[in-house]
Amino acid sequence: MAGFSMRPCGDFRTTYRQDTRIFDTTFVRNAAILGVIATALIPFVLDGYYVNLFIQISYFAIAALGLNILVGFTGQISLGHAAFFGFGAFASAWINNTTGIPVLLSIPLAGLMTAAVGLLFGLPAARIKGLYLAIATLAAQFILEDFFARADWFTGGSYGAAANPVNVFGYEVLDDFSFFYVCLFFLVVMYLLGTNLMRTRDGRAFVAVRDHYLSAEIMGINLTKYRLMSFAISSFYAGVGGAMYGHYLGFVSAEGFTILLSIQFLGMIIIGGLGSVKGTLMGTVFMVLLPEVMENGVGLLSVFEWANSTAVTDGLAYIKEMAIGLAIILFLIFEPDGLAHRWQQIRAYWKLYPFSY
Amino acid sequence: MNFELLFQLLLNGLIVGTLYGVVAMCFVLIYKSTQIVNFAQGEFLLIGAWVCYAFLVEMQMPFWLGFLFTLLFMMAFGIVLQMVVLRPMIGEPIISVIMVTIGLSIFFQAATKWIFGATTATYPQVFSERSINLFGMQIETAYIMSFVISLVIMAAFYWFFKYSKLGLAMRATAFDQQVAQSLGISVKTVFAMSWAISALVSGVAGIVIGMVNGVSSALSVIGIKVFPAVILGGLDSIIGAIVGGVIIGLLENTAEFVDGQYLHWGNLFSIAPFYVLIIILCIKPYGLFGTKDIERI
Repeated sequence: MAGFSMRPCGDFRTTYRQDTRIFDTTFVRNAAILGVIATALIPFVLDGYYVNLFIQISYFAIAALGLNILVGFTGQISLGHAAFFGFGAFASAWINNTTGIPVLLSIPLAGLMTAAVGLLFGLPAARIKGLYLAIATLAAQFILEDFFARADWFTGGSYGAAANPVNVFGYEVLDDFSFFYVCLFFLVVMYLLGTNLMRTRDGRAFVAVRDHYLSAEIMGINLTKYRLMSFAISSFYAGVGGAMYGHYLGFVSAEGFTILLSIQFLGMIIIGGLGSVKGTLMGTVFMVLLPEVMENGVGLLSVFEWANSTAVTDGLAYIKEMAIGLAIILFLIFEPDGLAHRWQQIRAYWKLYPFSY
Repeated sequence: MNFELLFQLLLNGLIVGTLYGVVAMCFVLIYKSTQIVNFAQGEFLLIGAWVCYAFLVEMQMPFWLGFLFTLLFMMAFGIVLQMVVLRPMIGEPIISVIMVTIGLSIFFQAATKWIFGATTATYPQVFSERSINLFGMQIETAYIMSFVISLVIMAAFYWFFKYSKLGLAMRATAFDQQVAQSLGISVKTVFAMSWAISALVSGVAGIVIGMVNGVSSALSVIGIKVFPAVILGGLDSIIGAIVGGVIIGLLENTAEFVDGQYLHWGNLFSIAPFYVLIIILCIKPYGLFGTKDIERI
């Protein structure tokens, strides 16, 4: 997926250090920094609707990056990511409510707690892989969902748990406007951590386990250790994302973390591109915007007779769900490498234009 | 201890278990012949049940005709699905294959809800007697019918794979695709047929369950329940699927008994199979009858 990069003429790499830089070229680095600054200006320019969308994108993107580390980089399949996401949400609310640790600290702590749970359910991964692992995580999804409904002391049972708003040095973040910056902070930090992870020995070991686990083992990579580690890291991300979700809504209920959300997470990374950090972000944006665009699309189509029929207006929720399924299927058939690959191709096209060979 | 209740529940477990076994068999059929894990198996049941419902109630057909049309529809559906969606997936990594069937699953689940509504619908009464008395137990006629149909389907499977030409071709393909192809078996046809048969039989199971419990999106849950059954029995063993299905059915009802009489936890019966699943995966991942993968470098 990195494979082939578009570098300006005469820009050669002469050291290994240069070869493993986070940003390929200075231009890409500057563009990324500018992108973050431009995003930080969103609340001043656009209205609350877009700020809310961005907040949604940011917590889903963090959790999706965790899943991509597990699925895209390590090659382990997880169908229970939503359960870990939910666990993070409950854990953070619980830590904050029982011990009084400030929310900003309880979010990473919830991540650590979720990582521990992820390790527990990752234990079968020491022995099984591929399809069997997918089914084991499916079981984890249902077991955790059941746990949420049952463990009154932890989740508040069927009533749900209240989560306090984020508190930064005595200043309560109550509105979307300020929470936006909390999200942006976590998003940037978690994505930098994720990108950096892939440059370390551990990150490369993940990729080796994915590409050919027997060869990896022969080269001295401890398979069990790295598989478990990948599970823990992925759950950590899910926990942090979930905790942000919980504190944003202010209330966590057990019903929100179904298998459909797990599938949506998988959809995000498949649409974005397995094994691509940038792709994860793109896929999340796609997945969050898809229902919104459809909602608005139906609004635009209302000039036509058929778009106003009850079949369309009442069934919109189902049509959105169908669209998610359809998007996953179509991407797998026509663009299995995801949006990240498409983006590369678009870049290559303009870079090489008009001689694209 | 309430023996009568226990016995009644175990009987239910046996009947439901054979149905799980039938669905698990369809699942194994697809896995064995095409190496695809079908997460949309439950939706086959759902579609079969709803299509039959549409024929019977909305078009007012007699039962045998509607049933026959449903069978034809499911067969065509399976073939088209294999040709359009699953054929491009041959040779793709396992995550893609799994995700395609998951995508199909949520697509069809939403589509059936959209077309047929989210409420439970009941079939017109097929039998005149609602329940009959057997050895002092009241058993619903529909249950007996479902048990008989399950046994018939299993016998048909046995005959099909043992004696029919297509069945033998399918077994050969499952054994070794290249050898089968070199002997003149059309692997494409075999793939399409295994999806067709799987869809058809799942559709029948869907109709049967629909008659007992009514048709609603809850039917697709069976597609998830199948996983404990097939893992317990071994992913590539048809006998294992049946045994696994019956065991899971019995286990569910035993869990319900224990829960209702002693523990009072609530929905233990729906979650117990998944605990079993995790335990089996940890100690015996290839199940009771599955072949153990031996990997060479």
